[in-house]
Amino acid sequence: MTLVHPMRPPTREPGSAPAGARSAILEVENLSIWYGDNRAINGVSLKIPEKRITAIIGPSGCGKSTLLRTFNRMNDFIPGLRCEGRVRFQNRDLFASGVDPVEVRLRIGMVFQKPNPFPKSIYDNVIWGPAINGFRGDRDRLVEESLTRAALWDEVKDRLKDSALGLSGGQQQRLCIARALAMQPEIILMDEPASSLDPRSTARIEDLLFELKKLYTIVIVTHNMQQAARVSDFTAFLESGELIEFGETEQVFTRPKVKRTEDYVTGRFG
Amino acid sequence: MTSWVETVSLTLPRRRRAARVFALACRLITWSGVVLLGVLLVHVSREGFQWLDWDFLTSFPSRFAERAGIKSALMGTLWLIGGTGAVSIPLGVAASIYLEEYARPGRIKSIIEINIANLAGVPSIVYGILGLALFVRGMALGRSVAAGALTMSLLILPVIVITSREAIRAVPGSIRQAAFALGATRWQVTRDHVLPAALPGILTGVILAMSRAIGETAPLIMIGALTYVAFLPRGPADSFTALPIQIFNWASRQQAEFHGLAAAGIIILLVVLFVMNGVAVYIRNRSQRKPQ
Repeated sequence: MTLVHPMRPPTREPGSAPAGARSAILEVENLSIWYGDNRAINGVSLKIPEKRITAIIGPSGCGKSTLLRTFNRMNDFIPGLRCEGRVRFQNRDLFASGVDPVEVRLRIGMVFQKPNPFPKSIYDNVIWGPAINGFRGDRDRLVEESLTRAALWDEVKDRLKDSALGLSGGQQQRLCIARALAMQPEIILMDEPASSLDPRSTARIEDLLFELKKLYTIVIVTHNMQQAARVSDFTAFLESGELIEFGETEQVFTRPKVKRTEDYVTGRFG
Repeated sequence: MTSWVETVSLTLPRRRRAARVFALACRLITWSGVVLLGVLLVHVSREGFQWLDWDFLTSFPSRFAERAGIKSALMGTLWLIGGTGAVSIPLGVAASIYLEEYARPGRIKSIIEINIANLAGVPSIVYGILGLALFVRGMALGRSVAAGALTMSLLILPVIVITSREAIRAVPGSIRQAAFALGATRWQVTRDHVLPAALPGILTGVILAMSRAIGETAPLIMIGALTYVAFLPRGPADSFTALPIQIFNWASRQQAEFHGLAAAGIIILLVVLFVMNGVAVYIRNRSQRKPQ
């Protein structure tokens, strides 16, 4: 059962899985997050469907990134941050006392807003994650596979030993995606992955997302509504830390059920 | 109504002049440092150059100025620096890793930080007294290389910790985040990403701190390093002398010849310092050229 925040009208459950959704891989139950006394996320409940792209949209400072970073416990590093509620990943509570955040991050990968390759070779960037986690298989094959899936292999196959910092911004971001793919994660979290890229590189990343969702569950935070409309299957609209609406992207953008969603997606937002 | 912008042309020459005066003052101040160093070098060279030869480097000190050399002091300094580095680098770098990567913000961390900053400002003679009480007497190391190296380590530890912390802090947080997001433990992140990226900065700080240790005299006199040593230290338990002590010893003699020897010793000391600073600059430049 989905817990609903008391502030909401009881008849509507914005976080319940939309019709036609597959089974949920990630279930957020009544999640609230505080920075000190400041509540960043307020009673959010949400079911992220498997092998689909879920977009989280909303105005700056609405808590999208905070919410995303809860899913792989990257918020653990922020002092003074407190969580309440539950996030279930494959029916295990991510915040239960026995759960090691390192293990969570093995299975739930992340791509950041600005491309952040390691100052190492392209090859080492991809293999580092598997290597430190005891990967024993064929390294060359894993690197090639990961780079191919990230649509970067053809551009870099002749210079795998060159520094990753010599790549363009868009290539660096695809390398970061390849690096996340090499861990063979179940979910990939993307925090505005194209916001620092030019339109051409952005288009490449978006094309890549269509390919990737066949194999992975993707949760993408974006402030670009056209992007959310183009790439995602489901869209969650967040405002002031509250989940306003969650549904199939087409429905959220064309027939929003809530007035505030409509104002936002049609650009009438204050 | 006239625009206020038209009055700008009245004040502009004056502002220009002020800018020129300031630029000139900055230039003078910068060059005065270079000139002072030049005067020092010329003065020292004029007095000491005639004494500088191979014999000077390979002879032990002597009562006779013509036969006196700096061998034991030079070797003593190398022993001292080696020992100081062996103790202070691992401790200093480890402490800075702990403070930057592991310690949680809070009272204890602030207390440690304030104390390290204060220690960096403590006069070296105080470290000498501490070394005398703690190492020479307390640990019964005597007037040995080990006692000297430990005392010097105390002296430069705060400097190493402070510079290493800055180097570690300069590593972008995005690199740490990327590594953590791949399921790395904090140690793996530190070992494979933070330390390699911070290494040039750490090395520069370490070399500058060691340069300071080379020139220090007061703490060595305090712990009783010898002024006349006609043998080389064979190990950390042997007694020793060092370049600044030998120079001090020669400079305080009556005879003019020994003043020349002191000047020659200063040249050797400066050469060692320039070489170490040169290494620091080389390391820094090399790391900047490489895409880090």
